[in-house]
Amino acid sequence: MTTFKRLAALAGALLLGGAVAHAEPVRVGIIAPFSGPFSNFGEGWKAAIEAYQKLHGKTAGGQEIELIFRDLTGPNPSEAKALAQELIIKDRVQYLGGVVFTPNAFAIAPVVEEAKIPTVIFNAATSSVLDKSKYFVRTSYTLPQITVPIARFMLDEGVKSVVTMVSDYAPGADAEASFVKTFEAGGGKVIEKVRVPLKTTDFGPFLQRVKGSAPQALFIFFPGGPPSYGVIKAYKDNDLRSTGIRLFGTSEADEKDLPAIGDAALGLESGMFYAGAHDSAANKAFVAALKDVAPTAVANATALEGFDGMAAIYHMIEATKGQRDPDAAMAAIRGFAWESPRGPVRIDPESRHIVQNVYIRRVEKDADGKLFHQEFKTYEQQPDYGRTDARHDAK
Amino acid sequence: MTLVGSILIDGTAYAMILFMITVGLSITLGLMHVVNMAHGAFAMLGGFAAVELMSRLGLRFELALVIAVVATALVSVPIERFVISRVYGRPELDQALLTIGVAFVAIALVNLWLGASFSSIDLPAWLSGPVDLGFRSFPRHRVAVIVLGCLVSAALWLFIGRSRFGVKLRAAVDNPGIAQSVGINTSLLYSLAFAIGAGLAALGGIAGAELLPMEANYPVKYLVLFLAVVAVGGQGTLFGTFLAALLLGLVDTASKYLLPDLASISFYLTMLLVLALRPQGLLGRKDVA
Repeated sequence: MTTFKRLAALAGALLLGGAVAHAEPVRVGIIAPFSGPFSNFGEGWKAAIEAYQKLHGKTAGGQEIELIFRDLTGPNPSEAKALAQELIIKDRVQYLGGVVFTPNAFAIAPVVEEAKIPTVIFNAATSSVLDKSKYFVRTSYTLPQITVPIARFMLDEGVKSVVTMVSDYAPGADAEASFVKTFEAGGGKVIEKVRVPLKTTDFGPFLQRVKGSAPQALFIFFPGGPPSYGVIKAYKDNDLRSTGIRLFGTSEADEKDLPAIGDAALGLESGMFYAGAHDSAANKAFVAALKDVAPTAVANATALEGFDGMAAIYHMIEATKGQRDPDAAMAAIRGFAWESPRGPVRIDPESRHIVQNVYIRRVEKDADGKLFHQEFKTYEQQPDYGRTDARHDAK
Repeated sequence: MTLVGSILIDGTAYAMILFMITVGLSITLGLMHVVNMAHGAFAMLGGFAAVELMSRLGLRFELALVIAVVATALVSVPIERFVISRVYGRPELDQALLTIGVAFVAIALVNLWLGASFSSIDLPAWLSGPVDLGFRSFPRHRVAVIVLGCLVSAALWLFIGRSRFGVKLRAAVDNPGIAQSVGINTSLLYSLAFAIGAGLAALGGIAGAELLPMEANYPVKYLVLFLAVVAVGGQGTLFGTFLAALLLGLVDTASKYLLPDLASISFYLTMLLVLALRPQGLLGRKDVA
């Protein structure tokens, strides 16, 4: 009898002890490309998440956080949906994060809506993504959010006539539409709107054509990588700057691509929500932590999307003490404001999109001969102008 | 007049870049009749070799170019001997499957080695920036590519069309049995021709890197472009590839100036038209097609 009692007591102690030591961790699923042509996103995010955990620990709200990474190499809605379902049902995640491509975000929307999984979209930048589920929140940007301030800056600079040149796909059309609307509303004249096929490799003739129409400036939007490289290079090789045509861009010369673009990028003016060289204590801490956890990682907009995505997830876990309460988590994230390495940001309670500063920068060379974006003007607390209720007119 | 001049100049320059990046394929696919889907892999190998030689070892561009081309040609020899030679004479589908496999292995290796970002080749000052043509400026790099394209086509015309090597190669391709029986070492010839094709691929990769920068996905990303030029030119004819590059380059450039909205269609429309009228390509022999 005494033996049995002792055993029972031991078993009870073990159970109790086990319950304290092995409390179910809060699982977070991250869907991103970790292999293939878009693996820069996944790798950048993973490094940024590690940097975030280095700075803020691996627990939030008293609970341990367990990350589960799933590889989704490109735009593939059915695969995206399957991965989200697997993470929710099999891995029992409480939160989802990541998602590069808009079609993938659309595909997982009904799944997270039904399972009530708060999902932080790290990238997928089409305005309408957030309308697809009330459990979506986004820490990246939208093209109108960036291009409207750029158009205002150009007007402020006295630029009266432009040619716009964008890649011929949905984001290009978005960038063109919001830029043209703001620029024309402010009294500017758009001489020509050129759409360049996605597969273009020789940009020379397009740039020669622009040279012929002699605008005061050329506004461009191109996806990162070879197309951006090609157009910036062609601008230099065809000598547009010396004829007085200024070049304004958005995210073309990402810090990751700058070394490959080289000196052709010098003088490029652009608007973006983050530059690796942003001067603030929060950014210095981010850059140092990133270098520490992943020496080859680059502090760029992609990495920061992941870093701030984690900030949003940590905040929701803290607000719910790690308990599964999706509606309380969403209530906590709406209106949440914090100091990011990109500057002050907050989640708009209506749209669940990030409100942030847009910085105008110029590519310069530092003392070591390294190219970087020098920020010189700030448009503060910009909303997503892609929403129908936002104001486009210049102020 | 300026417009016509611009179209001619830019079109010819683009055509030469197209020619340079496909001339290696014109040898392996066109002359040797190997459906070589791995052409881009050799171009990429050459390009990355040049990038790494310059950035890690600090070599001059000119020296890195020569080493990269020779190294790619050498690397291609064991690949041809131990892998690709196994499908000579086998159905075209077998050849396509094997060589695209080689391309995928190359993509995966580069992804592991350098990740998914792209690299450009840092040109020396005498090859970069604009040069003044009087009525307009023109990228200096493209002047060099035009000159290089003409030199390569002249050299190949002499080497393949006029030398004993060329005669033997064509004999070995057309009838390997008889060629062997008259004492031609066909396997050595094939290795040599394949190495020349790979070396030219590397040269083209480097020369064309201003337009097609190096990245892991390069071999598959531009595969259609490579195949289009060789198909329009016709199999078995280097001059056909040259003409095809010229035609496609000029059409593409003209539409960029005149009808930019149709710029991507015009290239493929031209290909469609040529192949509908002449399935064997511009200068291809009927029996080969």
